[in-house]
Amino acid sequence: MRKKHNYCEPPFEKGGSFRRCVPRAVTALLICTFSLASLAVQAGEAKPLAQDPVLEQRMIKLSEDLRCLVCQNESLAGSHADLAEDLRREIREQMRAGKSDEEVVAYLTQRYGDFVLYKPPVKPLTWLLWFGPFALLAGAAGGFYVYFKRRGERLSDESLSEEEKKRVAALLGNDGNES
Amino acid sequence: MKRFLIPLALFIVLVGFLARGLKLDPHEVPSPLIGKPAPAFSLPLLSDPARRFGPAEMRGKVWLLNVWASWCASCRQEHETLLDLVQRGIVPVYGMDYKDQPADAQAWLDRLGNPYAATAVDRDGRVGIDFGVYGVPETYVIDKTGVIRYKLTGPLTRENLEDKILPLVRELKK
Repeated sequence: MRKKHNYCEPPFEKGGSFRRCVPRAVTALLICTFSLASLAVQAGEAKPLAQDPVLEQRMIKLSEDLRCLVCQNESLAGSHADLAEDLRREIREQMRAGKSDEEVVAYLTQRYGDFVLYKPPVKPLTWLLWFGPFALLAGAAGGFYVYFKRRGERLSDESLSEEEKKRVAALLGNDGNES
Repeated sequence: MKRFLIPLALFIVLVGFLARGLKLDPHEVPSPLIGKPAPAFSLPLLSDPARRFGPAEMRGKVWLLNVWASWCASCRQEHETLLDLVQRGIVPVYGMDYKDQPADAQAWLDRLGNPYAATAVDRDGRVGIDFGVYGVPETYVIDKTGVIRYKLTGPLTRENLEDKILPLVRELKK
């Protein structure tokens, strides 16, 4: 049996000893409790936005499609994790240095793999991921087609003998004439 | 009977997939750096900031790079294992103090013992990003040519050391 790993990520506030390993609910509570106190800190960190709003917008747009490695269900744009903060800084600086979006994404995938992309690239390894659902759909459609075709054939094959027709008529109370 | 066989088979396949999914740890992100040269860096030493350390110095040796920090609880957990490993003298371990206060890091080593041949200080985590660090502790096995051969995310334990890391180190040292 493999043991469950514990992971840590850098503390929320520099120099503190906040453990990110605490459950998310507790974290959320702490964030709410201390949000007022951290306003002052965030005001300092938010500087780059004022410096270049266009670049900041570009950075946010790009990082919305990137996954935060620490809080894996959050995007890089929305995560409060310290690593996400660092990666946003890195993206910002690379953009400022004139790198294209593709180059920035390549920089991140070289280090963290395709895992950072919410939309993984189409390549042999991801064919199953991309085309699997369509293959399943086609398979199901084919299955249904064969099933209904056979059923139709079976049903049309089954015709009543003269004897049975008479019995049907008798049961239905008709005089035996087919309508 | 026969009409139940196909749904049953599909059900078993589904259960198989779900059972496998339960065992997978989504926190284990495969590193694209395995099999690639370790990113070059030159960082100041914790013991003497005037001196620097980089992977280039370790050419021709098999070594471990352990990324740690004094704020990291799991690093505390693996510390004994590291001390024990170093005492056995199988492989040199170099530390990278990740996003930490040097004073805190030094105090931690003074208090708990220092397993590292040297510790490089990555104050702002930039070298960490180059290594794809996303959750300390992380341990990298680097071979004689400077290529990363294995990466462990999470604390070192006796099990993963004996099962994975040490056999690989012995293999690489040949």
